Amino acid sequence: MTELLRINDLDVEFPTRHGVVKAARGVSLTVAPGEVLGLVGESGAGKSTIGNAIINLLERPGRVASGEIVFQGEDLRTYDEDRMRKVRGARIGMIFQDPQTSLNPLLTIGQQLVETIQKATTHRGQAATAHAVELLEAVGITEARARLNAYPHQFSGGMRQRVVIALALAGDPDLVIADEPTTALDVSIQAQILDLLKRLCRERALGVIIVTHDIGVIANIADRVAVMFRGEVVETGKVAQVLGAPRHTYTKSLIAAVPRADRRLERFTSVDYIEGSGASGAKIDVRSHWLGKGRRGDPNIRDVIELKDLNLEFVLQRAIRKKNRKVVRAVDNVSLTVQRGEVLGLVGESGSGKSTVARLIAGLYNPDSGLIRIEGTDVVSQPRSAGARKARRLVQMIFQDPYSSLNARMRVRDIVAEPIRFYRTTESEAETRRIVGDLLEHVGLGAAAATRYPHEFSGGQRQRISIARALASRPEILICDEPTSALDVSVQATILNLLKDLQEELGLTMLFITHDLPVIRQMADRIAVMRNGAICEVAPTDRLFAAPEHEYSRHLLDLMPRMDLLDPDAA
Amino acid sequence: MTDMPDRPPTRWERLKDNDIYWSFIHSPGAIIAAAITVICILATFAAPLIAPFDPFDPGQISLWDGKLPPAWVEGGQDRYLLGTDNQGRDMLSTILYGGRLSIMVGLAAVCLGMVLGVSLGVISGYVGGATDAIVMRIADVQLTIPGILLAILINGIGRALIPLELRDDFAIYVVIVAIGLTDWPQFARVARGATLVEANKEYVQAARVIGLPGWLIMLRHIFPNTLRPVLVIATIGLALAIIAEATLSFLGQGIPPTTPSLGTLIRVGNDFLFSGLWWITFFPAIALVVLVFSVNLLGDWMRDALNPKLR
Repeated sequence: MTELLRINDLDVEFPTRHGVVKAARGVSLTVAPGEVLGLVGESGAGKSTIGNAIINLLERPGRVASGEIVFQGEDLRTYDEDRMRKVRGARIGMIFQDPQTSLNPLLTIGQQLVETIQKATTHRGQAATAHAVELLEAVGITEARARLNAYPHQFSGGMRQRVVIALALAGDPDLVIADEPTTALDVSIQAQILDLLKRLCRERALGVIIVTHDIGVIANIADRVAVMFRGEVVETGKVAQVLGAPRHTYTKSLIAAVPRADRRLERFTSVDYIEGSGASGAKIDVRSHWLGKGRRGDPNIRDVIELKDLNLEFVLQRAIRKKNRKVVRAVDNVSLTVQRGEVLGLVGESGSGKSTVARLIAGLYNPDSGLIRIEGTDVVSQPRSAGARKARRLVQMIFQDPYSSLNARMRVRDIVAEPIRFYRTTESEAETRRIVGDLLEHVGLGAAAATRYPHEFSGGQRQRISIARALASRPEILICDEPTSALDVSVQATILNLLKDLQEELGLTMLFITHDLPVIRQMADRIAVMRNGAICEVAPTDRLFAAPEHEYSRHLLDLMPRMDLLDPDAA
Repeated sequence: MTDMPDRPPTRWERLKDNDIYWSFIHSPGAIIAAAITVICILATFAAPLIAPFDPFDPGQISLWDGKLPPAWVEGGQDRYLLGTDNQGRDMLSTILYGGRLSIMVGLAAVCLGMVLGVSLGVISGYVGGATDAIVMRIADVQLTIPGILLAILINGIGRALIPLELRDDFAIYVVIVAIGLTDWPQFARVARGATLVEANKEYVQAARVIGLPGWLIMLRHIFPNTLRPVLVIATIGLALAIIAEATLSFLGQGIPPTTPSLGTLIRVGNDFLFSGLWWITFFPAIALVVLVFSVNLLGDWMRDALNPKLR
């Protein structure tokens, strides 16, 4: 096998004022023509750094400290910026994550393609335009000649990413580096783009490096995979071998943490190898503890949350005349009940209105019409009445983004204690502090976290703080709005386990919102599928996965990435 | 993953670790500007201790010593380093006392404008709707009028409302209110902008789900997170307020000559400029320029340090 690219013992450093951070340590990789190499790892593993180091586009003040990058027999590290610029585009193409920002919105697709072609090849004038049409056709854009005059905003996200791929191919490169090329796209489009990349790789004998955090993407497209962990490549090999029979402990735990859509597990495999941050795990006995006392739910009411004919419109464009107004129906005649102690999953693609439903229940929005009952109390008709307020206090919410859901200027203790202090649910400040400590222990952070500020914690740890804050209100109902979609897959597993344990210990009623079907399979008892603000189907989890009734549910299930390789029995 | 030492960092360690502190000790301009500002403030506030004369004590003023040039010029006397004004007051002492007054008026005016502007801005940003529209339109209208004209107007009305015999005693407060009322729309706009950003963040929504009332959310959650941009414009606003006071006083609308500020001194000196008594105007003017310049530099640095995206 001939080599297209060989990286030998590469070290990348970022000097900061806290000392030198090594983003890559002793990384060695090879890519052959016609081969897709997957570079997989979690955030901060250094996978994007490798891609940027190859084309000498490291973000300042990063630098390659040692090692060699041999591309077609020449060491790229000896190239100066002028020669490097000719390599980029002409011999190495790049595809970035976000198709929104990698195209210039002021130029037409044609202008951008032709400009790149003229820079990178000998084609000029008509020949360049003809080549642009060819490229667009190659990436599967129909009516290519007419589309040349279109602007990027006239294309959908998936089409734009196709154009970006065409741009990367403009100079007829031998190597393409794709950095998270499908992360910003919906699942259905992700599959098409991956197929396209794979086809191009075979047809043109391209070497492709695909950088991703998503094991599913790797399983679908890559020939070989390199697993990165904290700047080091811990394992390389054929995809089937690495994913089917991982040797390194990290790879094993990473793969174990990927939620399975094909069957339900009792718990997610815990990934101590990664989170091992001395979480003491000193659990409290919730039944005798303050947390378990003073439960305010009425066990005679079975339907804890009841939604009836709920409607909410958002005004997109205001106008004095009614017919000029533009509105979107975010929630369209939604009726739904959640029973005591169950986990109801709410799934749908982005923009389906699932988060809006959650916010309506939590009282962050008021519906235009319809009824919301919490523990039998109507909270819509008189939202400020004592009864409605009391009912609302039973609901707590955990948000998606762990970085914006904590007030950066408050200590963790004050964040968690806020509901306790406001409602004076303890006898004394000393008791409040003890309870905050207990809560932090219980969510696996340790009581010492109380005196720190949120920025000292990682995303997963912050999400634990959010959970502790929600528990401090002693809720009956917990709404989780994509609680793990901003987290790495290994951290996701530990947070989901924690939520599951809490739900069982406290008998919480849970509304779990996600776009991630494998996750919902593990969490939910029943699932409601949403699309365009309306509910398509509500069914018990196993029945939905086995025999979806609604056409849209079937469509969603078909789009799930195939994980056959992960199954040791099938491999 | 965060590396954590065994104990939480002390306040001092947190301060040293702070990006702003780091940016400060790595920008010489900011250090010099801060040093000059601090020296100006310390020197003027210690005026009763370090000034060679008390310009308010008639016993120390003698008209015989009036209009003396600085010590190094022919005819100058050593005990009057920067010369004397027409009434025989020592220029150096008068500048120190006058500078103190200017800085105090500036600080008080900025504080007034800040309290008013930030509260209105946060409320209108968080509550929205009609409140927002009314407050911000008032601010817009006020911003169409040049600040100094508005200050003169408010100042004039304020003086007219006060009985003649009290006018000099209350002049300082009238000036402070006039400048503060002129300043608030800047603060309101910045605070409202920051509030609109913060109010959409999930920590504010979490507070709403807990059931905290609006005033508590604004006070405890939103207000502390709007402080950064507000501090930046407060610093630049301080320089502007000092200038505004000097302008008012120069026009004879501000602080009376019996308790001189820098602006009053420049006005008095202006009458004698063509008689060749340049020092009466020159030294207060230099003091004003140095003070305002260093405060401005400090504000510029702070804007860069607190808003890395602007660079």
